[in-house]
Amino acid sequence: MRALIPTKHPLAAKAGVVLIALALAVLPFALTGIGTAWVRITNLAILYVLLSLGLNIVVGFAGLLDLGYIAFYAVGAYTYALLASPHFGLHLPFWVIIPIGSLVACMFGVLLGTPTLKLRGDYLAIVTLGFGEIIRIFLNNLSQPVNITNGAQGIAGIDPFRFGSFDFATTSAIDGVTITGPIKYYYLLLAVLLVVIVVNLRLQNSRIGRAWEAIREDEIAARAMGINTRNMKLLAFAMGASFGGIAGGMFSAIQQFISPESFVLVESINIVAMVVLGGMGNIWGVILGALLLSFVPEVLRYTVGPTQQALFGRMLIDPEVIRMLLFGVTLVAMMLFRPAGLLPSALRKRELETARNGTAAP
Amino acid sequence: MDIFLQQLVNGLTLGSVYAIVALGYTMVYGIIQLINFAHGEVVMIGAMVSLSVINALAGSGLGLPPLAILLAGALVAIPACMGVGYALERVAYRPLRSAPRLAPLITAIGLSIILQHLALIVWSRNPLSYPQVVEVVSYHVTHNPDGARITNVQIAIIGTSIAMMAGLTGLIYRTKLGIAMRATSQSQQIAGLMGIDVNRVIALTFVIGAGLASMAGVMVGTYYGIAQYQMGFLLGLKAFSAAVLGGIGNIAGAMLGGLLLGVIEALGAGYVGDLTNLCQLSGWSTAIAQRCAGDPNLSLFGSNYQDVFAFFVLIAVLVFRPSGLLGERVSDRA
Repeated sequence: MRALIPTKHPLAAKAGVVLIALALAVLPFALTGIGTAWVRITNLAILYVLLSLGLNIVVGFAGLLDLGYIAFYAVGAYTYALLASPHFGLHLPFWVIIPIGSLVACMFGVLLGTPTLKLRGDYLAIVTLGFGEIIRIFLNNLSQPVNITNGAQGIAGIDPFRFGSFDFATTSAIDGVTITGPIKYYYLLLAVLLVVIVVNLRLQNSRIGRAWEAIREDEIAARAMGINTRNMKLLAFAMGASFGGIAGGMFSAIQQFISPESFVLVESINIVAMVVLGGMGNIWGVILGALLLSFVPEVLRYTVGPTQQALFGRMLIDPEVIRMLLFGVTLVAMMLFRPAGLLPSALRKRELETARNGTAAP
Repeated sequence: MDIFLQQLVNGLTLGSVYAIVALGYTMVYGIIQLINFAHGEVVMIGAMVSLSVINALAGSGLGLPPLAILLAGALVAIPACMGVGYALERVAYRPLRSAPRLAPLITAIGLSIILQHLALIVWSRNPLSYPQVVEVVSYHVTHNPDGARITNVQIAIIGTSIAMMAGLTGLIYRTKLGIAMRATSQSQQIAGLMGIDVNRVIALTFVIGAGLASMAGVMVGTYYGIAQYQMGFLLGLKAFSAAVLGGIGNIAGAMLGGLLLGVIEALGAGYVGDLTNLCQLSGWSTAIAQRCAGDPNLSLFGSNYQDVFAFFVLIAVLVFRPSGLLGERVSDRA
């Protein structure tokens, strides 16, 4: 079993962990120095890491390409928004809703999985893509005849996280240190991320994780070994979906406003790109991929505009377009030149190499 | 009845476009068992290129006849799309032919994003109005003067599609290239041993599919009068659903599936409002009765759900008959 801390140089490793923890602890204050926007960007990046880790369970561990993953994020986000906003006048506390949202997303995962899991990989990809679109179209149109989702206008005024009198959205001073809303969310997200990482690591090395790996490698052989492949695949879908649901609930609370616009197909593809870039099946790789594809476009946003202004006197190419081109190029280049990702999982690497050399069945 | 006929006409028009696009999916699938995810973008490029050519010619003051302008647009769009199709095969599919099957799907998604955003840079983010060079004339389908109508554009779309389908069928079943394509789809290795240049045949399959797609782009543009850089995505997805409905890999299946899906979609959009009209339940609940007094068309789902039908068809087919209407069983082919 691979531990969180490598055991070869225990002292150096422990020191490294302490240093990273310290860096992460002071990061938001350092970022506030550059601009508060960067704290928000970091928070969104952590949300993307959460989503990528959730999708990694489905794509990386179990080998099922899900192109509609954002639907579960949407389900989590809307569950939170409906239960904690003036829209229905409900204001349940977050620790009640987040589990509900995760459970609802999980149910949707099973709902999608049950009819589709006997399909082969690329069919599954297209069906999940269709499923994601169906969810979005429903969110967009379920304002008639009974207003459930408020249609394209979205839901505003969503409650932030509150713990008694401690409100995550407002600035407060603790011992003379001003802590803004985004910074509070940052610590919360970091805590959630830590839990999710530990769960993922434990999951990967568990009986279930090994069963997923077996299914990914060879489904028929896995079934012959006595693995209930259908249930295991459903479990992967359900667990991936519930992580998406948790991330969605947090997104809803942090933004305090959601609309179907946030849950378009492109978002699903972004997350797939993050998982692919980092290395499908490798938790650290996926985290790296998600962070890279969250931060690099933001850096571009701040540099590309001014550069173009300076060179041509006007904005020729929108940074958003460059961001999307970057995603596209990432997907193509990674598959062509480094199909196992930046930090490949050992097994995935071996598997791709054998396939490359043509020894695997076509 | 008139609504039915009108939706049938609309559905057949839309369906023949779906059929043409679906043929591209099904040919590629038939030959290398992979889904060409970027096929929808080829349709978009076809629409955009022809739009630019038509705009340039119509605005040039040469006084060309409208049909010649439209034809010129198509004639430029076809080679442009064929080039894109060839590039797709070279970049996304050929290097990854022996890789796990998710790899080419992911490169194709990447190329699809790249194509979309290159089109965005060239043709802007906004929906462009597709020049209507041909004057639209509509004819009665029945003797009822207020009844269903069919326009000359619709007739041209259906006619062109049928002609292209006939041409393709001839190509596949009557020519040497067609024999090579069918042989390659059965076994690439054996086809290669028989002296067929497999790489060339696969590339040509992509190119032919892209040529069909470019015509679909011209037809969609002319029919809806609008083109946008994202138009290929939904169209591609629906055409893929059509190919699956007919049985992917099966040429006749793609044609049948396309037409059927178009009709299902049009009839669905036309009738879903009436079918889910809540006012039929007025006797059950006074609350519904009260709302129906103000709005007799209170229905659960309206025609704004039109885009959902294709996906439900896709999921239903894959669950209940994965082989499609005319195809062989595919879901468990390893």
